[in-house]
Amino acid sequence: MVAIAAEETKRSRRKPGAARRLVAYLQALPLLVILGGFFLLPIAMIVVVSFWDYDFSGLYPAFLSMNYTDTLGSWVTWKTYLNTLKFTAMVWAATLFIGFWVAYFLAFHIRRATTQTVLFLVCTVPFLTSNIIRMIAWIPVLGRNGLVNTTLIKMGLIAQPIEWLLYSEFAVVLAMVHLYTLFMVTPIFNTLMRIDRSLLEAARDGGASNWQVIWNVVIPLAKPGMAIGTIFVVTLVMADFSTVQVMSGGQSASVALMMKNQMSLLQYPAAAANAVVLLVVVLLMVAAILRVVDIRKEL
Amino acid sequence: MTKSTKAGRGISRRSLLKTGAAVAGVAAGSGAITGFPTIWAQTAITLRQFGTGVSNLNAIAEKCKADLGITLEMTATDSDAAAQRAATQPDSYDIADIEYWIAKKVYPLGVMQPMDVKKLTFYDKIVPLFIDGKLKPDSVIAQGTAPHTVGFVEKPGDKKFAKAPTQWMTMVPTIYNADTLGIRPDLVGRDITTWADIMDPKFKGKTAILNIPSIGIMDAAMIMEAMGNIKYADKGNMTKAEIDKTIDFLIKAKHDGQFRAFWKTFDESVNLMASGEVVIQSMWSPAVAAVRSKGIACKYQPLKEGYRAWGGGLGLAAHLKGKELDAAYEYINWYLSGWVGAYLNRQGYYSAAMDTAKKFMSEDEWGFWVEGKPAKGDILAPDGKIMEKAGAVRDGGSFEARMGGVACWNSVMDEDRYMVRRWNEFIAS
Repeated sequence: MVAIAAEETKRSRRKPGAARRLVAYLQALPLLVILGGFFLLPIAMIVVVSFWDYDFSGLYPAFLSMNYTDTLGSWVTWKTYLNTLKFTAMVWAATLFIGFWVAYFLAFHIRRATTQTVLFLVCTVPFLTSNIIRMIAWIPVLGRNGLVNTTLIKMGLIAQPIEWLLYSEFAVVLAMVHLYTLFMVTPIFNTLMRIDRSLLEAARDGGASNWQVIWNVVIPLAKPGMAIGTIFVVTLVMADFSTVQVMSGGQSASVALMMKNQMSLLQYPAAAANAVVLLVVVLLMVAAILRVVDIRKEL
Repeated sequence: MTKSTKAGRGISRRSLLKTGAAVAGVAAGSGAITGFPTIWAQTAITLRQFGTGVSNLNAIAEKCKADLGITLEMTATDSDAAAQRAATQPDSYDIADIEYWIAKKVYPLGVMQPMDVKKLTFYDKIVPLFIDGKLKPDSVIAQGTAPHTVGFVEKPGDKKFAKAPTQWMTMVPTIYNADTLGIRPDLVGRDITTWADIMDPKFKGKTAILNIPSIGIMDAAMIMEAMGNIKYADKGNMTKAEIDKTIDFLIKAKHDGQFRAFWKTFDESVNLMASGEVVIQSMWSPAVAAVRSKGIACKYQPLKEGYRAWGGGLGLAAHLKGKELDAAYEYINWYLSGWVGAYLNRQGYYSAAMDTAKKFMSEDEWGFWVEGKPAKGDILAPDGKIMEKAGAVRDGGSFEARMGGVACWNSVMDEDRYMVRRWNEFIAS
């Protein structure tokens, strides 16, 4: 990377200043147009609208803090954020644990590159169907008369169906872990593959046990991958509404679900204010992750 | 059956988009022509209709084109979006297909024009429920936004609704029905007679209500009153204190584990019932039919406190005039002339002009759907599938028994915003 950059500078130094700058701007233009038009502009609009006034029949340009005071002043918001953060923490812990061991197995226990690729592709098979289908598929499994309950009853292990399997927080977390684990596996697998194997040998030569190798060598080197996976999982869970809605049977709230409710009632400015708050919260979380781990080490 | 009828409550807009695309091409240019009587019979006329009810039924647009030569360009939305569009984009439609409670919000904004009843051929055939609020002369008028309370104005240009029927009608009724609780008769294990039964501790964790605030609160009100917890002055227009009491009750029931789920869409309600996750819940009549079509027992249980009713109609945009206004009248007159009415009756809804619809239905169909008699032969859906076997009787019985037993209409409250906020607290709690 550094070498390429140096090469670039050397080459560009040959051109006169103004033309060089123009070319650079031209090269950056497509990205600027795409990011500006499809990312910055919409976000700016959301921020603007979040200060507007509204009633049933329309939106009125204004500069009011009402939408924010309403949002932040309500215990529902706080409770919903707490609930969403709780889901995030649980899903994060589970996906990190599972994701790391799956990646570890793929990277260190499978010797042949072909097998590795095949097994990694197997991990992505569930992604051949849509999110919604993967989520809804849990319902006949977990339901009162579902696969799990019927099996347990027939085996005589339980007398009554277990009620908390479906339409509960357990169901929400389970479905999310199922949906998002791959987002953890991929970046971690990627970092593990880049670890220089001679480091492991050196550790072993130095007398480290298997666990010591994992704890002192592999995990520290896998941190950038874990951080990237964490960013994926955290942002996905924080913004999720359909999983929470379907798997909790509408009994649990999430921040995005709250926004969706407001939008369906045409309270766009209130939803926009909520979106801005959520954006700030997620950005803070991402910033915190980046402070702890330097993901550029990976790139 | 299910596809088009569920859309009747504004849930699926997909079927609609198809029609929209199909007819969009014909739409162009109709505004440029200025009514020469000799030409207008041959010109393609397009009426733009949007809304929640009949706008979801493609068959009506097709038949209208065949019978009248009028192209209906239809757009379906959910009710909140329909209300906003009716209010804020009055030039984007010619005919508003909206529910009566939406009309209560929208009509006073001056975006619609009333219809001259003298130009409505079948005005006399319209069910009196929509004229004076009484199905029969001795009926009691239901609470909520009863259609007749927003059905007339004194004269064109008026923004206040008239207290009694006048020459000027705000909306011609199209589609309506009476809703109640659906049950699994094989699983409840006892007779269900009242809205209060949904709170029976015996059904703990096996009940559901719908999570659409404006309708859910009405179901909750029926339950509260049936349990004797409260007596509302008007369920359709609660005070803040009444809203608080109702929501607090729901929150407590939720924490006690009474509910299994809250559903938002038609298919969620079908799945909850069909899988046995719930045995008693709020339901819409096409959803009951959908569960039954899977071979699972499901009943749309009449309850002693009565039904929660909803109704929609067609209104004219304020900008319509000349040739297009004539075409709109022609369309509405055709609408009430019977074919559409029969089509709606056969789906389990009711048509506004029952007498004209009767001529388009077989005796057996009329007997089953409207008179509450046992079916002599199999009852078929419009697509030819068997809906009910011979011998079946419609839940709740006859038209008069069902629509005569309405306790309240879907409505819009003065404290609407407060209610929605509290409802969100209930869901988040």
